[in-house]
Amino acid sequence: MTDRHLIVLNVNGSEHEALVEPRRTLLDVLRHDLGLTGTHTGCEHGVCGACTVLVDGEPVRACLMFAVQAEAAEIRTVESLGRDGELSDLQQAFSDHHGLQCGFCTPGFLMLAEGFLAQRPDAGREEIREAISANLCRCTGYQTIVDAVSATAASRCRAREAGTCPVPEKEATP
Amino acid sequence: MTPRFDGRKGRWVGASVPRREDPRLLRGRGRFVDDIQLPGMLHAAFVRSTVAHGAITGIDLTATLAVDGVVAAYTAADLELGDIVALLDRPLEEFVPTAMPILAKEKVRFAGEPVALVVARDPYSAEDGVEAAVVSCEPLGAIVSEETAFAHGAPLVHEEAPGNVLVDVSMFDTSGVDAAFEAARAGGGCVVEVVTRSGRQNALPLETRGVVASWDDHDDQLLVRMCTQVPHQVRTAMARSLRVPERTVRVTVPDMGGGFGQKCVVGREEIAVAAVARLLHRPVKWIEDRREALTAGFLAREQRYRTRAAFDSGGRITALEADVVCDMGAYSCYPFTAGIEPLMASAEMPSVYQVPEYRVRGRAITTNKAPTAPYRGVSRPQYVLAIERVMERAARELGLDPVEIRRRNVITRFPYTGVNAITYDPGTYRESLDLAEATLRDEGWYEIRDGAAARGRHIGIGYCCFSERTGYGSGAFAQRKMTVVPGFDISEIRMDTTGSVVVTSGTMNHGQSHETTLAQIVADRLGLHLDQVKLRQGDTERIAYGWGTFASRSVTIGGSAVSRAADRLGEQLCAIAAHLLGTGQDNVRLDGDGGVVQVDDPARRASFEEIADVAYLRSHLLPKGVEPALSATASFDVPGDGTFSNATHAVVVEADPGTGQIRILRYACVEDCGVVIHPQVVDGQCRGGIAQGIAGALFEEITYAGNGDPSAASFIDYLVPTATEIPDITVAHLETPCAFTENGAKGAGEGGTIGAPAAVLNAINDALRHTGVELDTTPVHPQTVLTALDAASVPRREEASTPS
Repeated sequence: MTDRHLIVLNVNGSEHEALVEPRRTLLDVLRHDLGLTGTHTGCEHGVCGACTVLVDGEPVRACLMFAVQAEAAEIRTVESLGRDGELSDLQQAFSDHHGLQCGFCTPGFLMLAEGFLAQRPDAGREEIREAISANLCRCTGYQTIVDAVSATAASRCRAREAGTCPVPEKEATP
Repeated sequence: MTPRFDGRKGRWVGASVPRREDPRLLRGRGRFVDDIQLPGMLHAAFVRSTVAHGAITGIDLTATLAVDGVVAAYTAADLELGDIVALLDRPLEEFVPTAMPILAKEKVRFAGEPVALVVARDPYSAEDGVEAAVVSCEPLGAIVSEETAFAHGAPLVHEEAPGNVLVDVSMFDTSGVDAAFEAARAGGGCVVEVVTRSGRQNALPLETRGVVASWDDHDDQLLVRMCTQVPHQVRTAMARSLRVPERTVRVTVPDMGGGFGQKCVVGREEIAVAAVARLLHRPVKWIEDRREALTAGFLAREQRYRTRAAFDSGGRITALEADVVCDMGAYSCYPFTAGIEPLMASAEMPSVYQVPEYRVRGRAITTNKAPTAPYRGVSRPQYVLAIERVMERAARELGLDPVEIRRRNVITRFPYTGVNAITYDPGTYRESLDLAEATLRDEGWYEIRDGAAARGRHIGIGYCCFSERTGYGSGAFAQRKMTVVPGFDISEIRMDTTGSVVVTSGTMNHGQSHETTLAQIVADRLGLHLDQVKLRQGDTERIAYGWGTFASRSVTIGGSAVSRAADRLGEQLCAIAAHLLGTGQDNVRLDGDGGVVQVDDPARRASFEEIADVAYLRSHLLPKGVEPALSATASFDVPGDGTFSNATHAVVVEADPGTGQIRILRYACVEDCGVVIHPQVVDGQCRGGIAQGIAGALFEEITYAGNGDPSAASFIDYLVPTATEIPDITVAHLETPCAFTENGAKGAGEGGTIGAPAAVLNAINDALRHTGVELDTTPVHPQTVLTALDAASVPRREEASTPS
């Protein structure tokens, strides 16, 4: 149990060192070792999605990954969204559409949607509904989350056509 | 600054302004209990019983203490804490008081009950320590149902409660009940009897319970940061259990990831953790894990109703009789007691209908299951299910349309005092029903339904009408004979030298947007910009007492207290302004734009900044007898029986006879919560509530094996609906302003959960109307449908069907 590993994690573009037991989850390291508490603990068995982060661009349950497994990867958490104190377009859409109430599941939904839209920028409403069914929300009834993600997809599409998209177009699928 | 939204005539109230809560929550900068890290903090985990009912014969923590990282471990005997005892002022025949120890003592009463507490340097080691503990128990035979609880010679969950009954109250028995039944039988009417049941559910806030407790030498105080809807109640109960003066406990609540009622009672784990922090003089954290939340958190909803009703030949209800049994699990919750569910059901079961004769018996039984707490709606989803099924059954018997029979029975003249001695304030019972029906008719759903039936497909339409008492004042709770009587709330409002205000409220936000809606109310009252109003709550040191947030009371009661405090501050501002302007107090008024204006000469005006500057920094300029500082405190309690929001839910479903699956094709809600403070927020409350109601109607259930093992310990077994199961929901608003609240609002938090189960079940039965199947139990799992169809000898079809 006392066997510990010194690891280096690349989170939101910065490198962080952590000394961890092999059983320590990526979620706990992000939250409690690195102080990135935006990512939330909801079930610790990979169902609720409150801990969703992007690992090499893919939405991943941080509770199902050991921190030692994440060493060579690029990790993005909710703290990476938005710039200069401004909300990102996706965050703003959640606010505009009342896509959050208590806000506990919200970082997980934001990262899920961010990862999904990067892969499926033209996704329609039903496809978005299907995708976000990966995460649980207990407050909203989901409709306004679908609204927020759909609105973001639509506005990014328009912006892409106009050449002003706030999010760089990603490589389609890895 | 946020641009000014012209909600209604330039007011903040009525406008969907951007939520003040959003920016921090969206950035991941909210602060929830588990986000708090303190130097030297230890972590707690609980050793829990694996046996549902057993006598404890030994607790061996030797191996636990040997685990690397474990600092200490405690049993009940080590901590010597006072039990939690929730009381009603009722005689023993009606209510049996029982105690909930902080850690189990002589025996365990449900699988998951905390038996010992382990403290370690990190949560992983604490769990290792739990793993190493050995608890020996002699099984006593588990009580898992009404049948086993009432069985002759059944083991007793609490020795002091014979027959495993905690509450047995016959609240109403009017003189004409029997005659009405006889007349219905004789006179061409009908008598229907329906047995409805609803499954045991978990309110399931996504953030589990949690606490960080530390001793603060500076304030000689235990600082308890925790996830609760009712910080003051926790402080009171905790101080009593720890046997310390109440001033030595301070409870603060950071952001909360939902509550839905589950966090409006006092939990034992938080008290144990606080006691240990005090003992060790070190911060201790406990975060409930999901398995604990599902098996040992407070549950809800498991109720059985045997309801009989008499109708005359015109389809009017003439008598209602009900026998209600609520399975409260192993313990009575504090402060509401096991009476909360059966008393609520007994008092309010006539619902929105004009019921002339009424007899009811409500019982709470105790079983070896995780205890229950109020959950969004509290019994109302269940009694509404019962009476709405009664309406449907009677409609069938009398050959009436289900909407028509409701129309003939709903209360239409207000104020209406019911057979239950409750006076209902004006609402839109009939209007909401008419609008809901018109919505589905105009959209062609009746043609779709009938056309589908012709093609052998099972599409059905269901309705549910209900009212929900909100803004329960202390009068309503006193009628229940609670010894701890919630009801009022207090608010304090303080202006600083810049003319901005801080409002402190005794309510507790856990997703309902209080920071925005209560600020809207204050901004309008004082004529301030929304950005100049900051709401604070969730700190027992900031306000003398508060009842927190439950029973849709925050805007009705909390919001009214806030309004009154704002008015008092307004009077102070006017008094000083009149002096500064050299005129009389009756010659000034708030100008709605951050200042006070002279009525007879509007060119003369004092801004709030100018007045505040005098009040604090140049107090020698104050009028005689006026104290420096601008602050006001006010309380509010709803007079009378409270206020009644109402709604009609209309649902279209398709039942797939091949798979048993139920799919919701259309969901329309027409609701009336009085004055709508923030439309987007009210819609959100409705939709979120409906999603939880659909969850209860179709998915979520915790059952127990004969030995008391719970069926659901993870999200693999407990099916929470996702975005693909919850449909888009339209919400239409009717507005009947409430005369009893300062702002005209009625509660809006619970309605969705109340209406959905009955509406969905009625729609399912309508879809299956050609098969002879009639279901009266929720949740309706696919297997329920298949079993019922098999029993009715209806052939299954091979393929799933899709709607036209």
